Amino acid sequence: MSVRAIPTLLKVGFAEAAAYRAEMVVWVLSTTMPLVMMLLWTSIAEVSPVQGAAGAQWGSSAFVGYFLCVFIVRQLVSAWAAWEINYEVRQGTLALRLLRPLHPLIHYACSNLAYLPLRTLVTLPVAIFLVVTHREALSGDWRHWLLFPVAVLGAWLINFLVNVSAGALAFTVESSLRVMDLWLALFFVFSGYLVPLEFFPAWLREVADWLPWRYVLALPVELMTGRAPFEVALGLLARQLAWVLGLGTVAAVLWGRGVTKFQAFGG
Amino acid sequence: MRRAWELLKVQLKASALLALQYRLDFALDLVIGLFWTVSAVLPLFIVYGGTAKQGVPGWAFGETLVVVACFITLQAVIDGAISPSLTSVLDHVRKGTFDFVLLKPHDAQLLVSTARFQFWRAAGLVHAAIVFGLAFRELGRGPTTTGVVTAAVLLLMATALLYSLWLLIVSVSFFAVKVDNLSNLFASLFDAARWPKTVFRGVFRVVFTFVIPLVVMTTFPAEALLGRLSWASLLGAIAGTLAFVLAARLVWLLSLRRYTSAGG
Repeated sequence: MSVRAIPTLLKVGFAEAAAYRAEMVVWVLSTTMPLVMMLLWTSIAEVSPVQGAAGAQWGSSAFVGYFLCVFIVRQLVSAWAAWEINYEVRQGTLALRLLRPLHPLIHYACSNLAYLPLRTLVTLPVAIFLVVTHREALSGDWRHWLLFPVAVLGAWLINFLVNVSAGALAFTVESSLRVMDLWLALFFVFSGYLVPLEFFPAWLREVADWLPWRYVLALPVELMTGRAPFEVALGLLARQLAWVLGLGTVAAVLWGRGVTKFQAFGG
Repeated sequence: MRRAWELLKVQLKASALLALQYRLDFALDLVIGLFWTVSAVLPLFIVYGGTAKQGVPGWAFGETLVVVACFITLQAVIDGAISPSLTSVLDHVRKGTFDFVLLKPHDAQLLVSTARFQFWRAAGLVHAAIVFGLAFRELGRGPTTTGVVTAAVLLLMATALLYSLWLLIVSVSFFAVKVDNLSNLFASLFDAARWPKTVFRGVFRVVFTFVIPLVVMTTFPAEALLGRLSWASLLGAIAGTLAFVLAARLVWLLSLRRYTSAGG
């Protein structure tokens, strides 16, 4: 029953994305931080190459490649269900969703995923530029590219499940969106968004490996740039899966508990 | 002028009451603010320390810290005094309730600019003070009195510039209504200001100095504190800011005349 509804939901979501295309472009433009970091690091690397972990040399072209990949991955894995859920809980409109014979989370997932085609379209020029001018910064190993879609899916799932968990907190706590603020602040530091994780001191890199943020961004990016050897990448993918399962449980529990408290204030 | 002052007092009081109502939010925001400051400073430690052991060309660690401290100061001003009002006026325009603001017997610009303050963001100023302290300890010398005065003037100019940019965004919202995320764009553009100007080269230097004057906002005050800003740059910054502010006011008035209500 609910599986048959998914194509329709995706179609509706896509129409919505197309209707608010200007808004989406503004969103994409507001994630230009990797490009600023790219300017910073290339200005450093132009004086002399930067020494990464394990003696790897990062010239300015390596930084251009890395941060353009960061920009692309960020577009592909973003989720914003927390804001949607929070809004619908506040307004009471979630009641209408609960009446439908379809789990609300499927709706939120579809409406997020439906933006993917347009977001891909926006990142396409960047991707083409990357392939044409900085091919040497990308991985030449086809096995990396095989794992890449898996890692992107895992990264999106982590983002989405955290969004659902934070959204489910809206049932009980008034300021649940603050959780997302905190998540984002930590994401900036530990995901490789501002600084490639390779430049972290060894102990901090170890810490980052145990935290979720690395698997939201750095893992897919390192697959694109081929910086993670294949065997290492497999291990990281396993940890990503563990995070997906763990956060999935948290999201399910929080949602299940929260929804019983829902009182549909408002309309 | 006296009426404007009275209005400001009323608006400040309303914001203060609102802040007192949500005390848990206040505590949470303090913690999150701390995380944002850490995320602004941490990359610096990695650029200058860590395995890289290099840095921004021509800028010592302490000097870059001064730029970051200027950045944190202005960030606190944006988040506390500029961005909340921006969000509320964009909301008004989208819902059509902006008409009620226009009906009030006051200058509309003054009304919307003072609509909302978030006082807890003042904590950002404390963070900035700490980073300034760390920076000058690292440098092993304090700023001169002239340096402090010019830096203060330049930071005031930067606030005026940020406010004018904000006014331009609101003016755009009269024509393109679905722009409530423009405030995000505004915030993320400003993120580029946390690095010294040498980072931006070629066309970026021109854009960030003259079009979106981020360099003027953070690098100039830092250079003033370090005692190496030329008088020509100072005068240029002041003249440029005044021109920018006047232009923004003009655009606002013109757009206001062409405002067509969305609601009703």
